[in-house]
Amino acid sequence: MSDTLALPRYNDAIIKKFVIATIFWGVVAFLVGVVIASQLAWPEMNLGLSFTNFGRLRPVHTSAAIFAFGGSALFGTSFYIVQRTCRVRLFGGEAIANFIFWGYQFFIVMAALSYVMGFSQGQEYAEPEWHLDLWLTVVWVTYAVVFIGTVLKREEPHIYVANWFFMAFILTIAVLHLGNNIAMPVSLFTAKSYNIASGVQNAMIQWWYGHNAVGFFLTAGFLGMMYYFIPKASGRPVYSYRISIVHFWSLVFMYIWAGPHHLHWTALPDWTQTLGMAFSIMLWMPSWGGMINGIMTLSGAWDKLRTDPGLRFSVTAVGFYGMATFEGPVMSIRDVNALSHYTDWGIGHVHSGALGWVAFITFGAMYYLVPVLWKREDLYSRKLASWHFWISTLGIVLYITSMWVAGIMQGLMWRAYDQFGFLQYSFAESVNAVHPYYVIRLLGGVLFLTGMLIMVYNLIMTVWSPSTDKRVTMPAGVALAGE
Amino acid sequence: MPTKIEKDSVTGHMTTGHEWDGLKELNQPLPKWWIYILFATIAFSAVYFVLYPSIPYFTGYYHGTLGYSQRDTVDKDVAAVVKQRSGYMDRIRTLSFADIEKDPQLNAVALTAGRITFANNCQPCHGAGGGGSPGYPALAAGNWLWGGKLADIQQTITFGIRSGLDDARQSLMPKFGAEGGLKPAEIEQVADYVMTLYGQTKGDTAAGQKIFADNCASCHGDHGEGKREFGAPRLAGKAHLYGDTREIVVAQITNPRMGVMPNWNTRFDTGMIKSLALYVHSLGGGE
Repeated sequence: MSDTLALPRYNDAIIKKFVIATIFWGVVAFLVGVVIASQLAWPEMNLGLSFTNFGRLRPVHTSAAIFAFGGSALFGTSFYIVQRTCRVRLFGGEAIANFIFWGYQFFIVMAALSYVMGFSQGQEYAEPEWHLDLWLTVVWVTYAVVFIGTVLKREEPHIYVANWFFMAFILTIAVLHLGNNIAMPVSLFTAKSYNIASGVQNAMIQWWYGHNAVGFFLTAGFLGMMYYFIPKASGRPVYSYRISIVHFWSLVFMYIWAGPHHLHWTALPDWTQTLGMAFSIMLWMPSWGGMINGIMTLSGAWDKLRTDPGLRFSVTAVGFYGMATFEGPVMSIRDVNALSHYTDWGIGHVHSGALGWVAFITFGAMYYLVPVLWKREDLYSRKLASWHFWISTLGIVLYITSMWVAGIMQGLMWRAYDQFGFLQYSFAESVNAVHPYYVIRLLGGVLFLTGMLIMVYNLIMTVWSPSTDKRVTMPAGVALAGE
Repeated sequence: MPTKIEKDSVTGHMTTGHEWDGLKELNQPLPKWWIYILFATIAFSAVYFVLYPSIPYFTGYYHGTLGYSQRDTVDKDVAAVVKQRSGYMDRIRTLSFADIEKDPQLNAVALTAGRITFANNCQPCHGAGGGGSPGYPALAAGNWLWGGKLADIQQTITFGIRSGLDDARQSLMPKFGAEGGLKPAEIEQVADYVMTLYGQTKGDTAAGQKIFADNCASCHGDHGEGKREFGAPRLAGKAHLYGDTREIVVAQITNPRMGVMPNWNTRFDTGMIKSLALYVHSLGGGE
């Protein structure tokens, strides 16, 4: 790593801020997730207060996970990667970078407060009201200018693949955010607004947004992260430049059409549903291109998985990514969706992506970045990072398997008819039936949070270790991974 | 402008010659299986687009060669279930309750239909098995406000209580406090008396008893036994719809709560309502 540090001064202060924010918001997101999982298992946990009600805390959890934790991770890693792969300092100077950081954190805090106080425009993953949307637009456009400005003034002849993905992510999220938030405020002095579209048009715009928030925020952005940290930590070249090109263009072209699969068997016209399903199926291989490139890059360096827990997180993340991007097309098939829609299978699917892919690839990046940014020899403890890995993996497995069982059970119970042609089960009976799985899911969440707290401790101790102190808990004789 | 294409010593493949921050790329061809599956999914989609509704025009859309329509699919499913039920449901609709109960199999079907329909529609207020909850009467206990015979229950379910329909169950208790019929002190006195009816207070409640006789007995009965013809609840028993503490009794006399039950005749046909009546009647309180 010493050669990267010797290069022209990059703006690393901003990246440190985003790293700290990522870790802080990760704890918040997982903690609120544990709270609302317990509310689903035991409704008394709502505490009878409007502020702690599931309906208000749920968007706090999703926004904290996606936008606060995931967003801070993307800002931080994209700024780290774009500077190094373009060999220039961040475009626009310190003040603008700091504006992006504090502006975004302000947005997150205001959004969370507004949810708890009962404000929401009722668009999933786009709950903030119009005034916060406008603020986010300012921050996001600044981010786009800084990132693209940095790419434009690069000292490298080519643009590295990670930056393609980051630019696709930044541009598309801007378009999605603007498209889904065209709303008329009730007055300039109230937070309430109404979306320009209503009925099924509103639903379609919402899921065009919602699905591509997954596609471009949680997939393209994090693929950018993957394309830097896996080759970097493994010390191997990216497996195939040609896959990079073909899967990048096919992914960004096909993702944008797939949203209607969220609205199967609704008032959405049949032809639109066909479109959503077909593009979801065609999206399977473009998604897997990233998995192939991520995993096959390890060829010749598989042994590092034993010694480098950060890399182990990154590669396992790619595995979960491959699993979730296979499950998604399957669930988009109309007849599968008739069973899976509105059940906890959907919740399990999104968490195999959110925990397995997004969080794990971020953990990998954090374990890499903290020693580099704070100029420490190594992590405080690789053993603790290993514990984090196994505890979190167990948590994910409990989470997604319990939700598969619960979801398929719900789907089957809801459609079961008796011999006379009457429904076999009432809805309340299906709620009762999934209770044990909700408890198992909660346990999975608690394990995931526990792993996160281990990481927090490990990274704080890493920063607090003197840089000369080689406090490595690996047995003697095991080589350090790194460059 | 590749600068230094090298051979990767591990895989034996050439790099592209690009390098960023020490990162390089191999010039591997696309995996065959990967590109073939991608083509296969595209071919599948093309065929699917021909078979199913897919391409929109300005005034409609291409319906596909299979003539698939999601609405038809649902209609067919619903029609199949209605057909499956119809043999039984037609008889439940046309036969009297007595005749239904004489046919054990038909009665069992009615109870099955009633159970699931109750669980999905009535249970949120009346509780599982008609156990009731504060403000929502228990149906299993025999404390009927409007009658617990099968025909009474059918009538209540069909038209509801204070639902706005002409045939709905109607009753109106005056707002003795809010409209000034009784002074606050009098309300307290009568509340004390009412509470003696179910043994919650003792002592001299003669004043309250007099107020009760003058104001309440005409509907609730001389001894608080209730009168169904007015929908006036029995006060002397153990069960009280809104509660039996002094605070609640005073509040109920001052500004009574009068709950609403929707009419279900717009959602269910007569056969289903009769099935519900049979089920509710079977819960333990039927008369």
